[in-house]
This record gives sequence, structure tokens and C-alpha cells, in this order.
Amino acid sequence: MEYKFEKDYGCLMLKMPRELDHHAAEYIKEEADSLILQYPVRSLVFDFSDTQFMDSSGIGVIIGRCKNVRFSGGYVKAVNLNEQIQRVFQLSGLMKIIDVE
Amino acid sequence: MEHLKNEMKMEFLAISTNEGFARVAVGAFVAELNPTVDELADIKTAVSEAVTNCIIHGYEQKEGSVWIQCSIQGRQVEISVTDTGKGIRDIEKAREPLFTTKPELERSGMGFAFMEAFMDEVEVVSEPWKGTCVTMRKTIGEA
Repeated sequence: MEYKFEKDYGCLMLKMPRELDHHAAEYIKEEADSLILQYPVRSLVFDFSDTQFMDSSGIGVIIGRCKNVRFSGGYVKAVNLNEQIQRVFQLSGLMKIIDVE
Repeated sequence: MEHLKNEMKMEFLAISTNEGFARVAVGAFVAELNPTVDELADIKTAVSEAVTNCIIHGYEQKEGSVWIQCSIQGRQVEISVTDTGKGIRDIEKAREPLFTTKPELERSGMGFAFMEAFMDEVEVVSEPWKGTCVTMRKTIGEA
């Protein structure tokens, strides 16, 4: 799986896969949650620079991780969204929930 | 352009690896209509939502098959996604945005809302313990 992350001074950057669907979502949730648990995350960044496709399964991944990080006072944002993913964010209301750059 | 008519059918196991396969296969089939990047993304997202529903809800991630029938009639694409799973008790409720029967799986309840947003028409026929058939239509090159 093309899944990567970087940790730096309380910032966890999750590199999203090429296609974020239900299949990929299961794996990412598990990985991300174990990282969040092990590491005191003050800010969580979802990096979509490699992501070409996302459907509604991706929404659950983001909202779920947001809850986990915000519970401990952390900050969440999403970066490098292509047009298709921006539409998914807009339609689902994710734009109102997390900062997008 | 001449009046196009084409049709294809496929059957595959209801497992999550096939979600990507299904949307790419349908995308390749509709390519002859020269859809825009946005139109193609719309169709792939809608197919992905329908197939994911079969796997998660229809079969509850147990064994089963998914059938896709896809036809082109002029500039209109019609896609039917069928399972023989547990069916939907209340279709109207299921189509409401944010409604989900599986919040524990972090399902957003946006599947049908996405299909409706990305396609021109969405029809749902379902019977408990018989299965569900979702038919979606979209005209390509309308704008």
C-alpha cells in the first residue's frame, strides 16, 4: 500500500493514497489511529497531493480522525486537494469542518 | 457523431479490492462518449458508492456477487448495480443525506447523496432478503 506519514514536533502528516475508497479507508484508519495513540499529535495534516480519487468512504476517515485528535485539543487540516476531491469536500460539508489549503 | 448504442455486463465478487476495478471498468466503457474529466470523475464516484453499498450493506462484508450492467444510448449512459443481499427496508430513509445504519464503521451516510449529486437520475429498487438494484443515468456532453 502506498501509505506514508511524517512526524515532526507534534505535527503528524498523513500522506493519503492514490485512491481513497472503502478499500483503502479500512487500512488508513487503523494505521492513523495507532499513530495518534502512540504519538502526542498537536496538529494532524491530511496530504492529498498523490490522491486522484476519493468517495464518501474518505469522509469517514477524516471525520473519525478529527474527533480523535481534537479530543486532545489538536488541530486538523487538509492540503493539496485536486478538483474532484474539493467537490467531495464541498458536497459533504467537510469544508466547514476542517481547514483546507 | 453517429447514434451510439453499446452495452456491457460484468459480475465480480463483493470484496473491497473490486471497488476500484468496477469504477475503472465503467469509466473505460463510457470513454467512447469522450466525457470531460469532471463527467468521468462523477461516474466513477457514483459507481464506487453503489458498489461499496453492495459490499458493506447488501452483503455486510460476507460472501456475495455484484452485477453491473452498463449501456450507452446516444449520449446517455445507464448503469445498474445489483446485489442479491439483504435489501433495504426503508429506501426513502436510506437516501436521506447523513443517514447510515453503520455509524460504527464510520460510514458518512453520503453514498446515495453522492450518486444523486453526480448523476442525473438515480432509481432504487429493493426487497428485503432478495437484494437491491440501483440504476443511474447521466447524459454526457450536456453543457
